[in-house]
Amino acid sequence: MKSATFKVWRGDQKGGDFQTYEVELEPGYVVLDAIHKIQAEQANDLACRWNCKAGKCGSCSAEVNGSPRLMCMTRVEDVAGDGPITVEPMRTFPVLKDLVTDVSWNYEVKASIQKMTPRKPDFEDGSWKMHQYDVERPQEFRKCIECFLCQDVCHVLRDHQMHGEFAGPRHFVFAAQAEMNPIDVGDRVVQLREELGIGYCNITKCCTKVCPENITITDNAIIPLKERVVDRSYDPLAKLARAIFGGSGEE
Amino acid sequence: MSQYQEFEHDVLVIGAGGAGLRAAIEAAAAGVRVGLVCKSLLGKAHTVMAEGGMAASMGNVDERDGWQTHFADTMRGGQYLNSWRMAELHAKESPERARELEAWGALFDRTPDGKILQRNFGGHKYPRLAHVGDRTGLEMIRTLQDHGIHQGIDVHMEVTVTRLLKDGDRCVGAFGYDREQGRFRVFKAKAVVLATGGLGRAYLVTSNSWEGTGDGHSLGYHAGAELRDMEFIQFHPTGMIWPPSVRGILVTEGVRGEGGILKNNEGTRFMFDDIPPLYVDQTADTPEEGWRYVTGDRDARRPPELLTRDHVARKIVKEVQEGRGSPHGGAFLDIAWIKEHIKDSEAHIKKKLPSMYHQFKELAGIDITKEPMEVGPTTHYAMGGIAVDPDTQMTTTVPGLFAAGEVAGGLHGANRLGGNSLSDLVVFGQRAGEHAARFAKENPSYSVSEAEIEGAAVEALAPLERGATQVGPFQLQFELQTMMQNKVGIAREEKALSEALGTIRQIAEQLAEVGSGGNRWYNPGWHTALDMKHLLTVSEAIAISARERKESRGAHSRLDHPEKDAAWSTFNHIVRKGADGEMVIERRDIPPIRQELQDIIEEEG
Repeated sequence: MKSATFKVWRGDQKGGDFQTYEVELEPGYVVLDAIHKIQAEQANDLACRWNCKAGKCGSCSAEVNGSPRLMCMTRVEDVAGDGPITVEPMRTFPVLKDLVTDVSWNYEVKASIQKMTPRKPDFEDGSWKMHQYDVERPQEFRKCIECFLCQDVCHVLRDHQMHGEFAGPRHFVFAAQAEMNPIDVGDRVVQLREELGIGYCNITKCCTKVCPENITITDNAIIPLKERVVDRSYDPLAKLARAIFGGSGEE
Repeated sequence: MSQYQEFEHDVLVIGAGGAGLRAAIEAAAAGVRVGLVCKSLLGKAHTVMAEGGMAASMGNVDERDGWQTHFADTMRGGQYLNSWRMAELHAKESPERARELEAWGALFDRTPDGKILQRNFGGHKYPRLAHVGDRTGLEMIRTLQDHGIHQGIDVHMEVTVTRLLKDGDRCVGAFGYDREQGRFRVFKAKAVVLATGGLGRAYLVTSNSWEGTGDGHSLGYHAGAELRDMEFIQFHPTGMIWPPSVRGILVTEGVRGEGGILKNNEGTRFMFDDIPPLYVDQTADTPEEGWRYVTGDRDARRPPELLTRDHVARKIVKEVQEGRGSPHGGAFLDIAWIKEHIKDSEAHIKKKLPSMYHQFKELAGIDITKEPMEVGPTTHYAMGGIAVDPDTQMTTTVPGLFAAGEVAGGLHGANRLGGNSLSDLVVFGQRAGEHAARFAKENPSYSVSEAEIEGAAVEALAPLERGATQVGPFQLQFELQTMMQNKVGIAREEKALSEALGTIRQIAEQLAEVGSGGNRWYNPGWHTALDMKHLLTVSEAIAISARERKESRGAHSRLDHPEKDAAWSTFNHIVRKGADGEMVIERRDIPPIRQELQDIIEEEG
């Protein structure tokens, strides 16, 4: 493959359209290389975010041929078909310009989630005893690079635009890593139900499918959190036990 | 007059990687109002790319380790051009900084008895690097970010600073623009911390992201700060080299720490050929001893693949030059071979090096559990940087201006040990934050000049007002990077360095004519034109310092002066802006080391 045709969405908040660019390819080209080449040679002001170009920072999220992908980890030969390759911004967030979207809402949601609070240290030097099996599960969640592709694909956000009531998969993964941190004494169960809207997730697993870090978002993060919410809020025995012995939860 | 938005903070931190975040957290804890400016979104800074780990002599895996050994290793690695005081503070304080990260949510890999696990790394005598697989940098930046957002810090995302503001000698703020709409911003502050990271984008083949354009080095320099040791640029020995699209992307030293070996196209493990005198006693004699070392035998010595980065990089270049390179001009890095020793090696490699597995699988179509990788040197790190007071991190010449992390010079001397960067960020980030807050409290009054703001605004708008030009900003950047790669790269000589300085001046003249099309909204062409000033400044500082140092030491190799010369071991090169605006270079003697530290160096051998 010597060259490829790209249709790149150009525009801003007022609107825009796809523009066609012909790009000469080098071996191993990823979509981000093609975007950079367009930027350097044909359209200096083509806006896109990127940092590491190695799938570690989660900046270059976009929709390639309609699928949410990291442009730096998407090889052109893997997405090239008969027609042109389309590249457009994530559709769940408001566009700023070209491929750049306003993702600031994600940062606001995260700041609203109860922060991690450690228990008293186990050792005199201020450290804790934790075994590898204690940290394995939350370590999976901490692989998250905050590319927000899971947010982009989640239909609760994408189709129903419930940004006010639903935190989205990224933030359930974030809450899960704090909840499952062996030394954390915080409790986010009530918040997950009342503010973060975890009940709206109907586990279609779209988020898990697009995660470039292969985090098992639905099975390992969301479902266990849902179970905690259900146990706390709807289990009559647990409710009775709390009434007698005390403890956190809702009445 | 130009329009701008104005912000006022007690302490302004420029840069939000590990050092900037740590500085901001510390300053906020001291009770002052803190602003944090990041060029990208929060949490995307280059710290996320760090892989191998954070050096801290906790002694969890080998109790013989302690700050003294870490100090001596750092000094030896830096060929004794380091600031010994910074090396001392760094070795003493990094364990506490590592444990503090755990309190803030970091989850490092564990030892069997439930402590933070530590791994072997080049130049470190004992297993010392706290790590999480090969994504330690991500763990660190995310921990600092998630803790930082609850400390009342004002974060300015996607804002680029183009100039520092002065009140007399003192630094009192910064001028910049937001990427989103190109609106100007003026930050007024009682103290400013530069934590802008590195300058790898001055070169064509680099592990650095677009952000690494030496902004802080250049902002500091133009504001009157001194730069030191700028000739020392670390070329990391193992970057990806094929396909071209991935050239330069880092392959962690952790691959070698886990037993990976380097071979040439004849299948020879060439690192055994030539061991530097400083390290002969610490290096394994046989592959068998090397393997015992990486698997934790305390009596074994490290394999030669874990010698310092400068040496390994030069050895790879030599193999290529002498016709024994890999097909695409590098060496073979083989981790798959450990199947000879480990039963379930495939799962082991995926567990220990998950992102390397991922990176080669997706980008190069290589399964590293089965085949060797092709690797070669990539521009990775600037040892040199802004000259600071070792205890406070305040610049030597500009009151109120501090620097921490890669942008500051001194800790690493002529060569940095792997793992000493992540610890550098938090040790000196903390110190810079603490002392910047103190300076702000002690020096509350200052004024900012409108004329200076107007000057900065005119300068920032110039490329846009010129409109699109025949030669655009990206072409000019490419021209500079190509030249730096060829003439100021891993092997240097007088003639090429002089030519480089000529080309830098010529490109600077061209830059004055270069413009970009489009408008002020998120315009990468315009942004690149503005970044070019910084790239040119750091390129000149590197080339001038490299031409001046007529010996080979650490990361600096001169073909015309191939030997290390003791006469060059007593001073550092200092670069500053002269009275007439020209770059001036001078020698500054290294202050005499404290006797107890000298004793440690001699005892540790």
